[in-house]
Amino acid sequence: MTTVLPGEHVPAQHVNLKLGPGLLQQTSVGGTPAVVSTRAGEVQHSANRNKWWIEGNSRRYAPAPQESVVGVVVSRSGENWRVDIGSAHMATLDGLAFEGATKRNRPNLKVGSLLYARVSLAHKDMEPELECFDAQTRKAEGFGELKGGFLVQCSLKMCRLLLDPHHFLFPLLGSRFPLESAIGMNGRVWISAKEPRQVIAIARCIEAVDPDGGGMDEAAVKKFLNTLDV
Amino acid sequence: MPRPPSPSIPEKEFVHGALKQSLRVDGRAMLEMRTPTLTFGPELGWVECAMGKTRVLAQVDGKMVKPPPERPLEGMITIHSELSPMASNEYEPGRPSEEEVTLTRMLDKVLRRSDTVDKESLCVLAGQRVWHIRLTIHILSNSGNMVDCACLAGIVALKHFRRPEVEVVGDEVTIHHPSERAPVPLSMHHTPFCLTFAFFPDPSTPPLLDPSHLEETLSAGLLSVALNAQRELCVVQKAGGIPLAPDDVLKIMDIAVTKARELDKLVEARLQEDWKTRNVEVR
Repeated sequence: MTTVLPGEHVPAQHVNLKLGPGLLQQTSVGGTPAVVSTRAGEVQHSANRNKWWIEGNSRRYAPAPQESVVGVVVSRSGENWRVDIGSAHMATLDGLAFEGATKRNRPNLKVGSLLYARVSLAHKDMEPELECFDAQTRKAEGFGELKGGFLVQCSLKMCRLLLDPHHFLFPLLGSRFPLESAIGMNGRVWISAKEPRQVIAIARCIEAVDPDGGGMDEAAVKKFLNTLDV
Repeated sequence: MPRPPSPSIPEKEFVHGALKQSLRVDGRAMLEMRTPTLTFGPELGWVECAMGKTRVLAQVDGKMVKPPPERPLEGMITIHSELSPMASNEYEPGRPSEEEVTLTRMLDKVLRRSDTVDKESLCVLAGQRVWHIRLTIHILSNSGNMVDCACLAGIVALKHFRRPEVEVVGDEVTIHHPSERAPVPLSMHHTPFCLTFAFFPDPSTPPLLDPSHLEETLSAGLLSVALNAQRELCVVQKAGGIPLAPDDVLKIMDIAVTKARELDKLVEARLQEDWKTRNVEVR
């Protein structure tokens, strides 16, 4: 496993090469394309070496298309909403990018509402754009306003870990009490449970497991959960 | 980067609802502080104070200057505090934000105007040579209550610092290098600690100590109290917010006294622990 800094060459070569987050193909002067890293972290690749990406941890989010994010509505500008998704710039959300939305029937969002949305456009020279439905089927697919619950901030690595179906934390918490969650790739996790103390327990567990903070493992979290009285 | 929006509606509702049941999001009791962690650097007067994820670095250095003519018998203390975008993405470089002004003023009141350091002891030669003590405070990361953390870091740095020994023969001033003569600690009058309480608009929610960033932004008023373990009150600051009854303030003072005593014990213990690991060689 090699660790790289932004700008270093990565020896990624394959007939059918696919570059993931943190890697960029550049054409050098000689005409041969070279792969360089755009962020710091560990270089990882799939078993047959055709998919390469960089695994690192950071706190600031850089939007990428098709990632699901949790955002806060900041203001309204005409037909659109301005949404804070934790990136350097505010994102725009079209007022019609919801399931079943028409000119007459638009969702009733307030300033301060929480949203689960997908990044539909992320270009380095433009503000990111969001949508709250699947553009092909025009169905919500789970996106939309998040009502109630609580928002937890974590590092970007932690939310990627939570999205892994084999990660231990949510199954462990789910075996104790029912819970709902919406995990954004921007380091924000929306959680909801019946009792406030359960929500607090989830929030504290996420913080404890976060590799940026405590970095607890499964056994330690089990012990920690027993002290929380849930 | 524009200022981030105030917390979202679900966050606000949840925090207010949970506080009504005396539950805090980080699992603390209402009047429980995050235990400060003090880390000392290789040099004397270099302290990093961490309260949860709030981290502050304080550094003290001293040099000889000529005193201003209106105060020929007193040394000088200056405090520089910096709130850069490193602390949180809310802060921009350049013009000072409201928090930065509050922080600078509070540090000035707690550490300088409350006469913590004996300024006359910093005088070496009247009207000619005095010590100029400079305290630099960097906020490394802000996750709430950075005023308390910065004041604690500052006061511990002043207590940890030792200035070189000086010798005056007639008009000749000799500064001895730390390897020749053991450096001397600053003479301190007292050790004030700053404690911040947050109040909420709902009357059934009791005040809480050491608010986190979210609690700080959602609160309806903050009250900062600076006092020492000897029950001497130095600063009370309340900039706006909901009105408080005199009884409430007095109750808070009693709590603050016990907390200040705990902090005093912790700081003294940590300073002694650190002092044991240091070998000051005198040849």
